[in-house]
Amino acid sequence: MTTTPASDTPPPAAAPRFPPLVTLASYFGIGALCAVGLGISGMTRPEKVVNFLDVTGNWDPSLMCVMGGAIAIHLALYKWILKRDSPLMASVFQIPQQRTITGRLVGGAALFGLGWGLSGFCPGPGVVGTGGLGSSAIVFVIAMLVGMQTLHMLDPATPSES
Amino acid sequence: MDQFTPIASTIGGLLIGLSASLMLLLHGRIAGISGILGGLLKRRAGDVAWRLLFLGGLVAGGLVFALVSPDLLTDDLQRSTATTAGAGLLVGIGTRLSQGCTSGHGVCGLSRFSPRSAVAVVTFMGTGVVAAYISQRILGGAL
Repeated sequence: MTTTPASDTPPPAAAPRFPPLVTLASYFGIGALCAVGLGISGMTRPEKVVNFLDVTGNWDPSLMCVMGGAIAIHLALYKWILKRDSPLMASVFQIPQQRTITGRLVGGAALFGLGWGLSGFCPGPGVVGTGGLGSSAIVFVIAMLVGMQTLHMLDPATPSES
Repeated sequence: MDQFTPIASTIGGLLIGLSASLMLLLHGRIAGISGILGGLLKRRAGDVAWRLLFLGGLVAGGLVFALVSPDLLTDDLQRSTATTAGAGLLVGIGTRLSQGCTSGHGVCGLSRFSPRSAVAVVTFMGTGVVAAYISQRILGGAL
């Protein structure tokens, strides 16, 4: 297995095993599959997310099933995938290697949770919602992009990958 | 508990996990949506198309839902525009500071037992519960 830390350097060129068009189309397909999963699971409905977080109200544990299902399959496939020397359409695996718990990590996650609990939107369902032209999803995503851009301007060294 | 949808939510979760696994198998990347969005804003040469295509797939999924099953996109929460915008700002700043959201830290990070992701998930779940409690129980959803 070859890994490199996720960094701000542009990714290496894709291995020429697949035509560039197939490689690019696969990203679209992966995004669409993720959207279908988010929609079927109910996570594109903000009320369902808030009803999970609002544990003292009409509690809806569905989000646990979503996370459980997603982690179960990714956990099962992850180790098997990383036994390969390289991904099918790229030259290296780009897995985050950071280990340190920082104030930035905790503070950022705390702010994210506040926004998530207030609106019931996190980034994925927000983006999916814009496809349905939902006004709240559009407002949310625009504001989220403004927030990201603001941080990038205040701190140009903000890493781009998770 | 009347809205609990264990089967649909587990199936949806499996598809999300499958999508993250395909991202890793095909491209060696973590399917972290906030990171993919954030990187787009930096507009580095050769690093834009794949992000746009992935996000385009997400948007296309939403478009299909709107046509086929619009109730999947119902927003019954009815937050004010100002609240939604404030929440979006918090999510944008917060996910870039912590380098991940529910997908990158939640699904991908927890699956590989990343201590950073575990701390992030516990933290955003915690403040999410607090924000939901304040907005629903103290303010009665009127914000």
